[in-house]
Amino acid sequence: MRLAVLGWGNESRGDDGLGPALLARFAAAAWPETTTIEDYQLQIEHALDLEGADCALFIDAGKNTPAPFSFYRVIPRRSLAHTTHALPPEAVLAVYAEVEGEEPPPAFMLCVRGESFGLGEGLSPDGAARLEAAWEFVQALMRERSLEAWDEMARPFLSFAREPTAGGRPAA
Amino acid sequence: MLNLETAQSPHKLRQVAIEPVSRVEGHGKVTILLDEENRVHQVRLHIVEFRGFEVFIEGRPYWEVPVTVQRLCGICPVSHHIAAAKAMDLVAGYGPLTATAEKLRRLLHYGQLVQSHALHFFYLASPDLLFGFDSDVGARNVVGVAAAFPELAKRGVLMRKWGQEVIRHIVGKRIHGTGCIPGGMNKALSVEERDALRRDADEIVAWSRESVALVIRLCETGPKYYKNFGESRANMMGLVDASGASDYYHGGLRARDADGGTIFDQVDYTTYQQVFQEETKPWSYMKFPHIKALGAEKGWYRVGPLARVQVCDHLSTPLAEDERRKFVAFGDGKPQHGALLYHWARMIEMLNAAEMARDLLNDSDIIGTDLMADKGTFRGEGVGVIEAPRGTLFHHYRVAEDDLVTYCNLIVSTTNNNQAMNEAIRSVAARFFNGREVTEGLLNHIEVAIRAYDPCLSCATHALGQMPLEVDVVDADGALVSRGRKG
Repeated sequence: MRLAVLGWGNESRGDDGLGPALLARFAAAAWPETTTIEDYQLQIEHALDLEGADCALFIDAGKNTPAPFSFYRVIPRRSLAHTTHALPPEAVLAVYAEVEGEEPPPAFMLCVRGESFGLGEGLSPDGAARLEAAWEFVQALMRERSLEAWDEMARPFLSFAREPTAGGRPAA
Repeated sequence: MLNLETAQSPHKLRQVAIEPVSRVEGHGKVTILLDEENRVHQVRLHIVEFRGFEVFIEGRPYWEVPVTVQRLCGICPVSHHIAAAKAMDLVAGYGPLTATAEKLRRLLHYGQLVQSHALHFFYLASPDLLFGFDSDVGARNVVGVAAAFPELAKRGVLMRKWGQEVIRHIVGKRIHGTGCIPGGMNKALSVEERDALRRDADEIVAWSRESVALVIRLCETGPKYYKNFGESRANMMGLVDASGASDYYHGGLRARDADGGTIFDQVDYTTYQQVFQEETKPWSYMKFPHIKALGAEKGWYRVGPLARVQVCDHLSTPLAEDERRKFVAFGDGKPQHGALLYHWARMIEMLNAAEMARDLLNDSDIIGTDLMADKGTFRGEGVGVIEAPRGTLFHHYRVAEDDLVTYCNLIVSTTNNNQAMNEAIRSVAARFFNGREVTEGLLNHIEVAIRAYDPCLSCATHALGQMPLEVDVVDADGALVSRGRKG
């Protein structure tokens, strides 16, 4: 399974650095057929990074999201916010569908809850602990590297039913 | 004229709050205060300011700053990178940049403009423009244009990707790049990198031109609507070169009034503190800069694409200049102040930037290796100003002899546009609020006005979280009258 892993955040913003921190471990592990992409934030061009992937994994910090982390499927959903400053994974998948004219690869979100996001801060103690918990989970994911296994591993998180992330309303 | 910002008797007013909640930062909030007859009396756009950024920078070595400031904003790190580098050129005492270094910085900046404007137009603005605003005006006429949208969406992504590739090749990495350093650049552009970018440059220019044509077609479906939506007469400001052409990288400051008269011209931006006053208001963390000589009430101004295309005398490239003239003709030669016209101006600038980037890629200096200027005496103070995608961006630093930053002042584009955005939303609220409740239509229109400016929402943090739009109607006693929620 060719895997595209996208992690984003700002390491100078406390727990917002959870995404890049986890992605750095992913990159260091150098798992085969795994591409890692880091950015400050998710944007439309990241749809192109999904080309050729059998599966996408999005990694970000969350606020007021389940602790220590949540893991769930994400599906394409066009959204329109009042700013270009926030693009959720669902929207990137929708952009992929628009641009490529085909369904995007199956995609999952690993969202690690953060607590403190102050400028100039490092990870909070809670954030650092959750990074370790998430890393253990990632290693389990990579041992069971199939969509079926990942869906099964996402099942315990289903109780955290949630709306699509920071994207605002769907386009008219 | 009714002052819609500051009510005379706020205790008698009803408050309507529109607030996307639970972003870590970067949420905006609109407060509408009504008078006793339910007319819009006061409107305020609250945006989280770049709080703490100056403190974040102070105490750091000056040579580190152009890299560090990229973390101030996840959407335009390159703008901060270049503005800080320009300031540090002066701080460190460097002379004029080498031809190659300046051209590389310019190419980097134009790449950033293309990718930023493409993102805004194709992702954020085009749904508004193509699918209407819950309005009957022009809605039916744009159906044919909407049919063409899937291909346009693809172009938008590819144009943004090209701009990102320009950035990657010049600074060496997709993010955390270190291309600009005090005195020049730290990496040359290889022939292979130049050729890779040049391969698609003509197509990017062609697509940019077609994007302008699309906006024109849309505006022609309802000219009065596009001209008047979110209209607020404002002074305008931007950088121009000695010939009067818009210059996004370097130039003198020029300001015109709402009728096009010159307020000042070719002002040396290092003297900005003599020209501008940064006013604070008790209800907002964001400052309200204005032209000192005109005072706070008359001295506020607009920056960004809509200001720039009207402040300049001409644009430096033929296709963009041709489009600028069409824009001027649309307003019968008079300055235009409608918020939606930002989109048109933005596409003209994207074409301008694409043409300039293509020309630089065909310039042999761009692959030169003479990257550093001669160093003179350490000056310890510097101001760097550029025209970032959203408008004029000021970086000002003082550095002690131990090379550590002791003072930092940033005026970002959105701060420069603060009052102008407030005025645009006032215009929309005054026109579309029915005096009783916040309707879906009003919400949409306010969002459209905010989107036109694409304010920077201090988004260096962007953790996942729900981003609903909450609307509270609260009476003068604080009782909740009604509540709406979106998202």
